[in-house]
Amino acid sequence: MDDVVIVGGGVGGTVTANLLAEELAPEIAASKVRIRLITDRPEHIYKPAFLYAAFGRTAPRAYRRPQRELLHPAVELVVDPVNRIDAGQRQVIGESGKSYDYSYLVVAAGARVVPQRTPGLAEAGEQFYTEEGAQRLYKKLQDFTGGTVVVSVIGVPHMCPVAPLEMAFMLDAFFRERGRRDQVELVYTYPINRVHSNPAIAAWAAPELAARGIRTETFFNVERIDPQRKVIETIEGTTLAFDLLIGIPEHEAPPFLEASGLTDAGWVPTDRHTLQVKGHDRIYALGDVTDLPVSKAGSVAHYQANVVAQNLAARLRGRPALARYNGKTFCFIETGADKATYVEFDYENPPQPVPASRWIHWAKLAYNQTYWMTARGVV
Amino acid sequence: MADYVVHREIDARGSACPGPLMELIRALKAAEKGQVVAVLSTDQGSKVDIPEWVEKAGHKLLATEEDGEATRFVVEKAR
Repeated sequence: MDDVVIVGGGVGGTVTANLLAEELAPEIAASKVRIRLITDRPEHIYKPAFLYAAFGRTAPRAYRRPQRELLHPAVELVVDPVNRIDAGQRQVIGESGKSYDYSYLVVAAGARVVPQRTPGLAEAGEQFYTEEGAQRLYKKLQDFTGGTVVVSVIGVPHMCPVAPLEMAFMLDAFFRERGRRDQVELVYTYPINRVHSNPAIAAWAAPELAARGIRTETFFNVERIDPQRKVIETIEGTTLAFDLLIGIPEHEAPPFLEASGLTDAGWVPTDRHTLQVKGHDRIYALGDVTDLPVSKAGSVAHYQANVVAQNLAARLRGRPALARYNGKTFCFIETGADKATYVEFDYENPPQPVPASRWIHWAKLAYNQTYWMTARGVV
Repeated sequence: MADYVVHREIDARGSACPGPLMELIRALKAAEKGQVVAVLSTDQGSKVDIPEWVEKAGHKLLATEEDGEATRFVVEKAR
């Protein structure tokens, strides 16, 4: 019997498992193939909701679902945080001490934030990349009466590359709606000499930020934060005072991957088209864990899951694996005041943002609900 | 012959913008004042981004060398 083990219960792992189970139903029924998804928690969390949670515009019941409910009945769910992967023995070892043999492995373990890498950030900064962070920021925003709010991109790459821009736009709208915008200075900072790593998105966003009176600082690389004085110090030698700091922390792949020798400079080296882990024919990686120059975004994991599932199904049937990932990415961009735009791009074609509209904002809100169908592999 | 010793060389070839610049920034953050870091980049944007950032951050661009399809930027941590 062939064993497919998928590590990770986010969008990438869940969609891969469901597509495979659907495609390989005859083989699974005949006990020729087994599909197991190993995750560290029994609930599935839709992380893009955190941006809305920071403004009190969603609640946990809307972005959490039992993982079991989302999986095809033929997928075995294992809740056991991974301790390490032994690629030589083709085994995943859980913190429970149990080991799981695999014929093929899919690593879809996501990324995590590491604010402690930046001195002072954990003490003095807020963030919205975790559920706890978003809920804490929500309280801070309710209590905030006036002063300087800094949205600072500290770690690159980070999850959802447009989210810091969305946060800046939504903060502007939040304070305007409450009649407090004139008491708030909004500042957005970015490490390179434009406001986003993608030149087309940067060219679109810069005038949007300016039009809202959001000041930008570029070539701004945070070295440390002084929590007492509430000052950011950069490696460029500049300082910036704040009353509320929303800092996008550095990110990393889960530590068990480094301990398993599957990372290089923090991420899993992955072939940009086949999504195989370099040097490991039987291991695939997708989503936020890879070192690919694509967005760490749910849409990327979703598109990649299609490729991995097709290729795994082909290989398990002794056929050539022909599907290739082309860098396809899709991101909605909330622009505040109940409007949004979107970008779609791939390795060859840069994004071209369209004018923001209410329709696109509603499409995004609708997608936040439709997501549960995506996770099931339906849309 | 160059009158400097490269303390660390980063091969950022194939890495898309802003990868090479961010790699250089990370390396200089970890380096001591006076140490020299080199970064190899195939990204065309680096030719503008890297010299501009080095100047803004107050470091010294010691050399910009063509190396096949890549460009090698040699930077001294000056402060």
